Amino acid sequence: MTPLPGIGTRQDFVIRAGRRIGVITYRDGKFELIVSQEGDPDACASSIPLTPDEASALAGLLGAPQLVAHLGNQHRDVTGVDTRQIPVVPGSVFDGRTLGETALRTKTGASIVAVVRAGNVHASPRPDFVFAGGDLVVVVGTAEGLEAATDILASG
Amino acid sequence: MHETTISLIELGAVFFGLGILGRLAWRIGISPIPLYLIGGLAFGHGGLIPLTGIDAFTDLASEIGVVLLLLLLGLEYSAAELMTGLRRSWMAGVVDIVLNALPGALVGLILGWGPVGMLAMAGVTYISSSGIIAKVLGDLGRLGNRETPVVLSVLVFEDLAMAVYLPILTAVLAGVSFVGGLTAVGISLAAITVVLVVALKFGRYVSAIVDSPDPEVFLLRVLGAALLVAGLASQLQVSAAVGAFLLGIAISGSTAENATRMLEPLRDLFAAVFFVVFGLNTDPSAMPPVLGWAVALAVVTTLTKVATGWWAARRQGIGPMGQARAGAALVARGEFSIVIAGLTVSSGAVDNRMAALATAYVLLMAILGPVAARVVEPLARAARNRLSPAGSA
Repeated sequence: MTPLPGIGTRQDFVIRAGRRIGVITYRDGKFELIVSQEGDPDACASSIPLTPDEASALAGLLGAPQLVAHLGNQHRDVTGVDTRQIPVVPGSVFDGRTLGETALRTKTGASIVAVVRAGNVHASPRPDFVFAGGDLVVVVGTAEGLEAATDILASG
Repeated sequence: MHETTISLIELGAVFFGLGILGRLAWRIGISPIPLYLIGGLAFGHGGLIPLTGIDAFTDLASEIGVVLLLLLLGLEYSAAELMTGLRRSWMAGVVDIVLNALPGALVGLILGWGPVGMLAMAGVTYISSSGIIAKVLGDLGRLGNRETPVVLSVLVFEDLAMAVYLPILTAVLAGVSFVGGLTAVGISLAAITVVLVVALKFGRYVSAIVDSPDPEVFLLRVLGAALLVAGLASQLQVSAAVGAFLLGIAISGSTAENATRMLEPLRDLFAAVFFVVFGLNTDPSAMPPVLGWAVALAVVTTLTKVATGWWAARRQGIGPMGQARAGAALVARGEFSIVIAGLTVSSGAVDNRMAALATAYVLLMAILGPVAARVVEPLARAARNRLSPAGSA
């Protein structure tokens, strides 16, 4: 972490491709995504201002697959059990309806272990959890169970 | 009230005009400070439209402008940031002082303004404009650059240097003897130490005095405290500006951030009046004789600031382009050079030519600084290609 006196802090690292990427956190809570220039690692090719909401959405996009991979690793020991993330398409059957209404566990044996919304992970959602378009539903179950769950969430 | 009506119209016209100038300045990518100064010069000595009846207000407003400029300079960096800055970048800071204060002091010596004039001119050419530099770095998207912390730490050091310099300057301006001067230096060093210790250990309590969840109450308390401290300091012969500056350092944490956000528009308003009044009190006919000196100083101190930034960045392992950018970023001088010149001239210790020289110098540097920061990359690239035609940019 590099302090920027009077402005905030800079946190960055050099990625394998040689570029430096990172985030400037301003004192007033705004963020800026920075990407270094090719050929001049000291300079920035672009710095993109992000509101706290946008920053958390981006963190979710990058972080959610890690979460699923993490869950997958946990379940690998149990043979026959798998993890999958299924999107709730905006305007689809369950957009605006509760988790309980899917009756997923009853119909397929698979369970919803988490819902990722706008970068935030809602772990162990209760049956009264209301889905919204754009949610990513993390489901754990057998291969067949997951197939069935995907179909149910897509078309009821 | 007829007089009030005229004053309102004049004041309105002045502010509106300054608004147009400010917009124009940022459009063409320079700081508005030189345009405010030119505005003041135009209205001053036999200018286009003589302004009457509002000088009582503008004089007070320009005093408040100085207090707010220094208060926000103090608020800009927390005491902890100042201490780390001092520890990490003192070598770059010392190089900065030596390279950039000397040219000003030499010109003061040559023009025969005595030790007081030398000290004041050294300050004018030394202090970079943290306002212009922060704005330019943000506009050019360079805050994420690796050389930017180097630039900022030089500014932090200058901030600390001002805390020591301003009390000394005001003591010398008040015409104290050599022994008295040393006493003043001792007192000011003790004062800044006490303020830093208080800010580091008990910053919460100082902040608590002015803090309030209600923005209206908060604004009134901060502004009231600043003017009170400034007034008391000036009563003790330490100069209002120094008092406000030390108060700014003592206020810390989130209180400081809120105060900065709230006072920024007020500072911009009163500082604009300060620049106009400084321009008004400067005799334009005194400028041509000192113009040569101003240009010479501008050339020399541009090179010395570039050298400072280049050296500081190089020590931190920044690449050649980053070194060039760090150097060019530091070139701008502005508000604090004018504050120093204003303090000096109003004390009557140095003749009016200094106001003219400082005005001409800041006019050049406030325009040159942002331009230098912009053109440094293409220039450095061209220079590199010329040296090694086979190398790619």
